[in-house]
Amino acid sequence: MSTSTPASAPASTRPAPRLGLKERYGMMTRDLGWETTYQSMDDVFPFDQFEGIKIHDWDKWEDPFRLTMEAYWKFQGEKEKKLYAIIDAFQQNNGQFNISDPRYLNTLKLFLTGVSPLEYAAHRGYAMAGRSFRGVGARVACQMQSIDELRHAQTQFHTISHFNKYFHGLHDPQHMYDRVWYLSVPKSYFEDAMSAGPFEFVTAISFSFEYVLTNLLFMPFMSGAAYNGDMATVTFGFSAQSDESRHMTLGLEVVKFMLEQDPGNVPIVQKWVDKWFWRGYRLLTLVSMMMDYMLPKRVMSWSEAWEMYFEKNGGALFEDLSRYGIRLPKYHEVAAKEKGRLSHEAWAAFNNYGHAADFNTWVPKPDEMNWLSEKYPETFDRLYRPRFEWLAEQEKRNGKMWRNPTLPMLCQTCQVPCIFTEPDDPTTICLRETSYHGMKYHFCSDGCKDIFEDEPEKYVQAWLPVHQIYQGNCFPEGADPTAPGFDPLAEVLKYYHVVPGADSGDFNTSPDRLNWERWTGQDLSDPAPPDTLAPRAA
Amino acid sequence: MPIVALKPGYGGTVADTEDLFHGKRLLYICWDHHLLFCAPLCLPLPPEMPFGALIDTVLPGAYGSHPDFAKIDWSTVQWLDSGKPFKPDLSKSLADNGLVHKSVIRFRTPGLNGLQGSCS
Repeated sequence: MSTSTPASAPASTRPAPRLGLKERYGMMTRDLGWETTYQSMDDVFPFDQFEGIKIHDWDKWEDPFRLTMEAYWKFQGEKEKKLYAIIDAFQQNNGQFNISDPRYLNTLKLFLTGVSPLEYAAHRGYAMAGRSFRGVGARVACQMQSIDELRHAQTQFHTISHFNKYFHGLHDPQHMYDRVWYLSVPKSYFEDAMSAGPFEFVTAISFSFEYVLTNLLFMPFMSGAAYNGDMATVTFGFSAQSDESRHMTLGLEVVKFMLEQDPGNVPIVQKWVDKWFWRGYRLLTLVSMMMDYMLPKRVMSWSEAWEMYFEKNGGALFEDLSRYGIRLPKYHEVAAKEKGRLSHEAWAAFNNYGHAADFNTWVPKPDEMNWLSEKYPETFDRLYRPRFEWLAEQEKRNGKMWRNPTLPMLCQTCQVPCIFTEPDDPTTICLRETSYHGMKYHFCSDGCKDIFEDEPEKYVQAWLPVHQIYQGNCFPEGADPTAPGFDPLAEVLKYYHVVPGADSGDFNTSPDRLNWERWTGQDLSDPAPPDTLAPRAA
Repeated sequence: MPIVALKPGYGGTVADTEDLFHGKRLLYICWDHHLLFCAPLCLPLPPEMPFGALIDTVLPGAYGSHPDFAKIDWSTVQWLDSGKPFKPDLSKSLADNGLVHKSVIRFRTPGLNGLQGSCS
């Protein structure tokens, strides 16, 4: 629409005064909604009451950002231009060879298959939540976040697709997300949230994830990229940063709004905070091993990050929320007890089953084990060093890594293999069990058991990859499990679109490593035997 | 607590009932204090398999790569079924030993504490 003044207008006519920022904001957001009359509001918005959350006055919603769609497009457009200019430069300068060590690529594979599809899922989730809320302020905020999340998925795919021209395992992230065993952990997390009502969804994703836990996801990946010379990933991280702070603010606003509207909302919100803290924390298991084991140049340890971002920052947040009657999430003390073991248990699991993952795995090098000893003086040398040294010896002797030939038991709720140990005994696997309609169900923790027992009708439907493989549902079309010489693992990997030994398996014999040496002239073999290496300085 | 759902009677297909496993039952096995094996194992086994065959033919393939495995004195092994002490009859089938679909058994091997005593 043109706003120019017709040439024939008298020179003395003054243009109508421009709307002030506040009025303009009101017109472009709140004024876009109305009370429906042809259909009742309850029929138009059928999903925003069944969860039991009572909202008496939607106008009390404080918009965390006074942003109109018009301004939103402008800001986002600017950010896109900068991002794509940098990605272009990165590609033209062969930036993929400036990373610290080709093992770093595997964090990108983890990110692309485990996180980027979550961004896309969040885009869908916020579109649904936005449609469900009858309050226009909440609707507009969800709409913007929905578009942000789509942008994040898109920029991540675009950035990382450059690496796909050179390296393995980056070719089919969305397909893998829907199938690969460990990726059912992020997938089921998000689908649990999306299949809940809109208030639970925003509590799960906006508050528990974006507000409470996101620093533990984004900080390690983006700082990790910076430490390891991956400027492309750093750039999309920066490009997403201002969106993330908007999302965090929305997360806090959503929760405060619910708590202020009705005292009956408090126990419902507390239950969701408990549930989604625990589910988010279990999901972050993957991040913990990325920080401590997968980044060739480490930013900080998982334990340090947990102390800083959850115990300290999260502690202050929940102190602030205590005036509404909200307390720290249930089982936060278990997470504190696990902080010295989580990453080790997780990377040990990928040493067990890396032959079936969608990235390469390795045993930590001697200097890396020394770093772990320093960061984890209470646990590493006593519990994990003997295991990793034995694994290193096996690899040296056999020319390939030791692997676990049998599929693991999975937790019915978080779907992580039952690798976690008893809160008060790091040498014994923690198992919990319940029975529902005559069948046994198993869990990795009290947190996951409680979540199941609150809504068993939901979690009995869980698509657990190990059970699905045994049922015969994870082979490519036409595979015949009764044929002589049928190799179930080979068929499962075909179903995943994973090429064994290239996309999966040992880093040391991978084509990524061989190509890296060929293309850069670097020699990646260990410089000296372990006993001659001095411990790394702090 | 009953689930909070949009409509009464919410339910869905139970994903892992016994009839879906081609005549087998899932059995979870955990070798305590041997965390080289990062999690308990999940095995589909015929319910009529004798418990002795589990020890003689199944466990060596699963756990045989651990240096402690060959040292196990099976007469001293302590078994747990869902956390409760249990004495399997090796000649009887898994089913006749009371194991049902998705039973979880743990075994402890006194004196064997994993790689360099680290419970790995």
